Amino acid sequence: MLEIKNLHVKLEEEDKQILKGVDLTVEAGKVHAIMGPNGSGKSTLSYVLSGRDGYEVTEGAATLEGEDILELEPEERAAAGLFLAFQYPIEIPGVGNMTFLRTAVNAQRKARGQEEMSAAEFLKEIRAKAKTLQIDPEMLKRPVNVGFSGGEKKRNEILQMAMLEPKMCILDETDSGLDVDAMKLVSDGVNALRDAGRAFLVITHYQRLLDHIKPDVVHIMADGRIVKSGGPELALQVETEGYGDLLKETV
Amino acid sequence: MAVPQAKRDALDARLAGLTLPAGGAWSTTARNDALARLQEMGLPHRRDEYWKYTDPAGFVAPSASAAALFDPQEVPVFSEIDRVRVVFVDGVFDPDESDDLSLAGVEIVRLAEAQRADLHWARELYGVLEARGQDPVQRPLAALNTAYATDGLLIRVTARADKAVSLVYHHKSETSDAILHHCIKVEEGADLTVLEKGPAAARFNKVMEVDVANGGAFHHVRVQGRDHERRAATHIFARVAAEASFKSFTLTMNGVMTRNDAVIELIGDDAVAHVAGACLGDGDFHHDDTVFVTHDAERCESRQVFKKVLRNGAVGVFQGKILVKEGAQKTDGYQISQSLLLDDDSQFLAKPELEIYADDVACSHGSTSGAIDEEGLFYLRSRGIPEGPATDLMVLAFLAEAIDEIENEDIAADIVSRLEQWLSRRRG
Repeated sequence: MLEIKNLHVKLEEEDKQILKGVDLTVEAGKVHAIMGPNGSGKSTLSYVLSGRDGYEVTEGAATLEGEDILELEPEERAAAGLFLAFQYPIEIPGVGNMTFLRTAVNAQRKARGQEEMSAAEFLKEIRAKAKTLQIDPEMLKRPVNVGFSGGEKKRNEILQMAMLEPKMCILDETDSGLDVDAMKLVSDGVNALRDAGRAFLVITHYQRLLDHIKPDVVHIMADGRIVKSGGPELALQVETEGYGDLLKETV
Repeated sequence: MAVPQAKRDALDARLAGLTLPAGGAWSTTARNDALARLQEMGLPHRRDEYWKYTDPAGFVAPSASAAALFDPQEVPVFSEIDRVRVVFVDGVFDPDESDDLSLAGVEIVRLAEAQRADLHWARELYGVLEARGQDPVQRPLAALNTAYATDGLLIRVTARADKAVSLVYHHKSETSDAILHHCIKVEEGADLTVLEKGPAAARFNKVMEVDVANGGAFHHVRVQGRDHERRAATHIFARVAAEASFKSFTLTMNGVMTRNDAVIELIGDDAVAHVAGACLGDGDFHHDDTVFVTHDAERCESRQVFKKVLRNGAVGVFQGKILVKEGAQKTDGYQISQSLLLDDDSQFLAKPELEIYADDVACSHGSTSGAIDEEGLFYLRSRGIPEGPATDLMVLAFLAEAIDEIENEDIAADIVSRLEQWLSRRRG
């Protein structure tokens, strides 16, 4: 599904290398987790993959189902099936949540040459999906993320994911700022989307999210590289021992 | 104070081509009084403080500069709104295109016909609010209008009107120079919506005087015509009595030069006045909103909400003042003016002012200029919305606070659809 090869990325504005040769392959149907200390490049990886400005790829490649995505505009990547659940979802005053999502769903459909979703069809679907995520219908009418609590913002990200039905979902510290109940709710939302045709890359600091979203593979990232990969037990090892010993082993 | 010779010369040149319309007793008196006011003031000049950001040359020139006709090729705004249409073509009433001027609870008379009749309410209004509005700031173009207006509507409302009165201004002659003057008297507890749209003329000078009696409500929604080269100087003078409300919204897209003055007095306790504007300027576009709200009673509320989206060298101006007189306690005054600059060539000039002589008031004002929020734009694009439509969404979001001032949801939706069409056309 997602194949990253020897990816090197620096900041556009300054001569600072952030990613120093990331290699990662996420297969369809699988959940991969990336853990790592602060400043290891986890969030940068998610931004570069989704097409945010400010980064320069100096070497390497990233493909989604064989298509080079690094040359695509952010909206083209989305239409190709990539989705990033933001660590800090953006507030957009004046744009209704519902309008935003319907515009997004239909823009993607249009880009893929599919028919647009009717207003009635859209409404039916979003109401059902909002309900399972325990999102108040009132929240759908409010401006995007404005006045939402931390938990509401994250649930709203998952709602967007559920509506857009991407193939490759990247979750950037979706657990940050969530209490236990909210984490369970968000995880259930993610788990409901797991299927053979869809892959997940879950970026997190903590093992606890991975109790709910069970990963197939866990990677440890440090200083701009994947330094260790393993099964779910790797996450438990981080939880009990911290990164210190793990990183020492890899030197 | 003596009028400078240059101003006097400009006035003479301007008036040379005009004749005072013939009329009966009250209108002749009102017109002569206005002419006397005008003679004392002279015409506005760029050096006048009130015209510092907007050059009035085009408004005061002896004749109108030609303005090419423009066919917007779209379904006209307000088409779906239930209304009585009154059509003016280059400032001349068009009886064939207009509806029958009858509406339950509403008396509608044309100025050109009414000036011979003794309409006491018109006599008490025509030029009266304009004259009140000349202090503390001179507004010579409005006095010129009162003196020389060729037509307009005199409207008296005694009940809740079940339809809007819709003034439609067509522009069909490239050099037309129109002066229209409307008076609206909303009697106690009555309620009226007035819609205005269209470019009107190559050059348009319009005054609307609105007097809202106790408990009355007046709603005004205006869409100024899209002809690129048209010029418009408009004034609204409103007087709002106890528990009455006055709400006005203006959308402006295109037009080389627009100056919209609103002069509003809250004279009765618990009166409300909201004046809002959204404008989109692209290229050779200068748009000036100048607002003066006077609080002269207790517990009154006023809101000024102005939003301007500018690009390709467009210029936006906002001069907004809240004057709270002594004794106008518990005043709630709000003023916001903001511009969204879509490039580095465009300009927004704002002069917010508060002048307060009461000690128990809440007044706030703010003015900002900014570019599109890149974070927000990326967020929208990351969900699959291409850059153009995503930018449009951000622009609409920026204008939303002004559009929210329109109470009627159907009209607001109509305005939003106008904006969407304009934006998508500009994207090409």
